[in-house]
Amino acid sequence: MNQPQAASIKDLPDFAAIRADFPILEQQVHGCPLAYLDSAASAQRPRQVIDAIADYYRHDHANVHRGVHTLSQRATEAYEGARESVRRFINAASSKEIIFTRGTTEAINLVAQAFARTTLKPGDEILITWMEHHSNIVPWQMVCEQTGAVLRVAPINDRGELELDAWKKLLGKKTRVAAFGHISNALGTINPVHELCAEARRRGIATVIDGAQALPHIDVDVRSIDCDFYAFSGHKMYGPTGIGVLYGREEMLQDMPPWQGGGEMILAVDFEKTVYNELPHKFEAGTPNIAGAIGLGAAVAYLENIGMEQIAAHGYELMRLASEALLAVPGLRLIGTAEHKTALVSFVVDGVHPHDLGTIADHHGVAIRTGHHCAMPVMQRFGLPATARASFGIYNTEAEIDQLVAAVRDAKEVLG
Amino acid sequence: MDIRQLYQDVIVDHNRSPRNFRRPETIDRVAEGYNPLCGDKLHIYLSVVDGKIADLSFEGNGCAISIASASMMTEALLGKDESEAEALFKDVHRMLTESDFAADPAKLGKLAALAGVRDYPMRVKCASLCWHTWLAALTSTGAEAATARTE
Ligand SMILES: Cc1ncc(COP(=O)(O)O)c(C=O)c1O
Repeated sequence: MNQPQAASIKDLPDFAAIRADFPILEQQVHGCPLAYLDSAASAQRPRQVIDAIADYYRHDHANVHRGVHTLSQRATEAYEGARESVRRFINAASSKEIIFTRGTTEAINLVAQAFARTTLKPGDEILITWMEHHSNIVPWQMVCEQTGAVLRVAPINDRGELELDAWKKLLGKKTRVAAFGHISNALGTINPVHELCAEARRRGIATVIDGAQALPHIDVDVRSIDCDFYAFSGHKMYGPTGIGVLYGREEMLQDMPPWQGGGEMILAVDFEKTVYNELPHKFEAGTPNIAGAIGLGAAVAYLENIGMEQIAAHGYELMRLASEALLAVPGLRLIGTAEHKTALVSFVVDGVHPHDLGTIADHHGVAIRTGHHCAMPVMQRFGLPATARASFGIYNTEAEIDQLVAAVRDAKEVLG
Repeated sequence: MDIRQLYQDVIVDHNRSPRNFRRPETIDRVAEGYNPLCGDKLHIYLSVVDGKIADLSFEGNGCAISIASASMMTEALLGKDESEAEALFKDVHRMLTESDFAADPAKLGKLAALAGVRDYPMRVKCASLCWHTWLAALTSTGAEAATARTE
């Protein structure tokens, strides 16, 4: 269902042509062709996205929802059009359920503050998992401090999979919120979000999914998942930075008070009483990131045009090929070997610290991330200070995996 | 630039077999150094007798640059008095951060092998963490571990 299927890379669409859409990739780093293997941190943008933003600024920019003049109408149409594209892409029931934010982090904070903080009582529980990104940990810790609620953490196993039975046991009478990632940025694990949401729904517990790593790689259907909230970032899905989305089920959002106050989010202000605007504007105080939303809309169109099924197969296949090739390097260990996994490999090499590996790889033109990947509990779980992570996007090729493996072998030699 | 400019043989050697890598039986002064960005963690153990560095050792976990830097630092500082040691720290710091600083090999000895680090701004803290930690140990008072961070 959500698990990408293996496919031979040769059967996939012309990913070489896709690569040509990304001007930034046509460069050399330290005299080698750039192999950008850090898309999980931030993906690159295709021309179509860059052009959409530039065209908007060249021809259509004005503030939205305010003016009767032509440019303001055009800007509003483009901005709301992007919202509709996102709605369709994740199959939300209504565009009222699509709130533009700065990114995943802000989206989760919005839920934490406007929903959890206003409803939780001392002793209530929030359940997260050991594999979360800091942005799906810290906002909940803050709510716990503010409300007296208690944070519970479900364990993961040695393969980096959520321990389902333990997670279910932790869903107790006092649990009010269950928050979990769809795909782990540190391990690549795909969580069984349909099952988790069904369990939570049965007990009347609100679900919050961090989908930052899922949108670029697999088909996401929020109604089929049946979550209450789903957060993601534009820049991980080939869109701009500074734009992201909070999907929230309409009934939930209706009941929530606004988070920030200002323009856009009101219908009428007088000093006695202010009437808040309708959804989704109630949660979009101030002039929004109009160009960012339009760029995100263009990224969605780009992904739809290739097809998420093809994209999922490509990401899965690169992960599989990279795992196989890396495991042939003596002393290399993969961190995160979940059965359901995609689009990235996290690893450590005996005698080579990840940071040295990162610097040496850069000399081979290979961009990888090294460190704790904003998931320090995951590192603690595996007893590591850091890992190296190669993550894949729609533009990556088998040849780049070879380049990565050559860099790893060279690092062993330099430091051996 | 050749990667071996950064990972010179001395550095590789000190990473592979760090000198003075131990925790003394009785701890005189100690400081913990932590680089939150990459997770490097060091403990520096220092003993000063009659104004001179009588013992200096370390333990920890980090990249080749940070381990080699700490190892070479312990060798370089042993036997020095505080003002000599602080002067050396200043030179090392300038070598790591100023592109036009010509390291004096007579003063810096093996430490000059770390000069290549200044071309890698993200890695400078790896090389300087041990020095900041040593300074924290030097200025610490009790047996409580002082801490140094690369902010
Ligand atoms: C799983 C996951 N969650 C959340 C985030 C935070 O996203 P952003 O920094 O775009 O808000 C990231 C990205 O670093 C991520 O990988």
